[in-house]
Amino acid sequence: MAKVFTKTKMLTDVPMHYCPGCTHGIVHRLVAESIEELGLQEKAIGIAPVGCAVFAYDYFNCDMQEAAHGRAPAVATGIKRCLPDRLVFVYQGDGDLASIGMAETVHAAARGERITIIFINNSIYGMTGGQMAPTTLIGQKATTCQNGRDPVVNGYPVRVCELLATLDAPYYIERVSTQDVKHVLAAKKAIKKALRFQAEGRGYSFVEVLVSCPTNWHMKPVDALRFMAEETSRTFPLGVYRDKSEEKGE
Amino acid sequence: MSKILLHGTEAICEGAIRNGCRAFFGYPITPQNEVPEYMSVNMPKVGGAFVQAESEVAAINMVYGAGGAGVRAMTSSSSPGVSLKQEGISYIACARIPCVIVNIMRAGPGLGGILPAQGDYFQATKGGGHGDYHLLVLAPCSVQEACDLTYLAFDLSDKYRVPAMILADGMIGQLMEPVELPPMRPLSAIPKKDWATDGGYGAERRVLNSLIIKPEELEPHVNELQRTYELIAAQEKRCEEYMTEDAEIVLTAYGTVARICKSAAKQLRKEGIKAGVIRPITLYPFPSEAYAKAAEHAKAFLSVELSLGQMVEDVRLAVNGRRPVAFYGRTGGNVPEEGEIVQAAKSALAKARLPE
Repeated sequence: MAKVFTKTKMLTDVPMHYCPGCTHGIVHRLVAESIEELGLQEKAIGIAPVGCAVFAYDYFNCDMQEAAHGRAPAVATGIKRCLPDRLVFVYQGDGDLASIGMAETVHAAARGERITIIFINNSIYGMTGGQMAPTTLIGQKATTCQNGRDPVVNGYPVRVCELLATLDAPYYIERVSTQDVKHVLAAKKAIKKALRFQAEGRGYSFVEVLVSCPTNWHMKPVDALRFMAEETSRTFPLGVYRDKSEEKGE
Repeated sequence: MSKILLHGTEAICEGAIRNGCRAFFGYPITPQNEVPEYMSVNMPKVGGAFVQAESEVAAINMVYGAGGAGVRAMTSSSSPGVSLKQEGISYIACARIPCVIVNIMRAGPGLGGILPAQGDYFQATKGGGHGDYHLLVLAPCSVQEACDLTYLAFDLSDKYRVPAMILADGMIGQLMEPVELPPMRPLSAIPKKDWATDGGYGAERRVLNSLIIKPEELEPHVNELQRTYELIAAQEKRCEEYMTEDAEIVLTAYGTVARICKSAAKQLRKEGIKAGVIRPITLYPFPSEAYAKAAEHAKAFLSVELSLGQMVEDVRLAVNGRRPVAFYGRTGGNVPEEGEIVQAAKSALAKARLPE
């Protein structure tokens, strides 16, 4: 029988712990497939965050370091500066990257570290049970803003791609989504491009991926995908925020 | 080999570079700014990495990354900055990443002052961050030792996969003395690290991690750390004993304070009081045996510190109630003079001679 599909070798066989309907697993696969397709398995070193993706070191089939909360870009800096020919990728959620790790995020970008950051934005703290994140939408409910995020009390969501695009050094910044198949395919292209740019020594690359959290949004998976399409991507517009290569988008 | 005149901070850097340190990550804080400044110039000369990090927090996590990738890595800071590093140090200790952390201590608590102090002894020797762990702590008392102990720290840290700390007071950071530098060690002479996450596919993949969520796995891991500390205690204790063989009063101090204590001991002997000095070189593991040995003949001990009494607790544990252990300390960036120590020693001896 003809084999029509096979799982990428860049993922281990460890069953993922993600909740039903969560799109983290899809992003793992996109990252892993991209690395394999680029032929960079032999050079890859990944950094796992603290948060839902903390166990990413069990899933990516390459050397992995598990970083302290928010510090993954600093850890990646340490590795890449010492081993510049390796592919160093960082996988972080929004609490990790945009709250506790904002200093590391901004400064790794400002220095133009030749690393690739995959930023998972589900607008909530998932692992700890649904607290408000720096990316929680106005009006969105969380366990620490139970009547919905009120800008007077809680401020406004942080738009990381837009913020990083104010810096000179970043080479590539794009925001993509996992809301449907079409967007997942586009996300794959962005992730692969970001990793390729690093491998080509071009500079810092950053891909924000909107991800659903049916569990903590208290929605059915399908409704969560619809929420991403209708609400999340309104606060966080998809698109390319920086591409110094000026390669044509597809 | 000829001696050259070096600053304490330069000696630390040379000790590191000459024993294979090829990554340095720092952040400005007085009184250790000469370390990152020297490294920014000299690390690129040997093909190493230098990054001025955005914070001490980032710097220690860069050390985590670089050390984890198998490279000899170092960071330096001073007291408040070392407090900021504690989370990262705890992760490094758990993930068993070798590295060297330099603390040129200044006076605390809080932002404190910028003058020499030894108030970080507890933090350095008792763990410092969260969880059950220790650092291997070395305390230089001269510019020569600042170089030699930093050189040694890289070997010990690699050997045991335990982070090492150079705990120096601000005086070491600012002192200039003649130094004989060790030869540059080729990287090929440094043992390979098969556990390092340096990339590679096909061989078994490696993971560096401090999340061990199953209790049945975390307990054995922490027990293994503990066994390593016991092994280090058995093999790596170092101290200098100065005129202790017949001493009736044993002064004890680490770092530059020990040098003042030696002068005080000489003065006491001139006055007919048999005084000696125990100078711990490893603060963790603490060289307890030297104290137990001296307790055979000494009438009293006196711990002298630039703190209000930290190492004295380990001295008391080592003496184990057999003799009185007195304390004399200055803080706030003040350094005791020889005469103050002589007085404190006489007073300790007089108290010890009083009938019960």
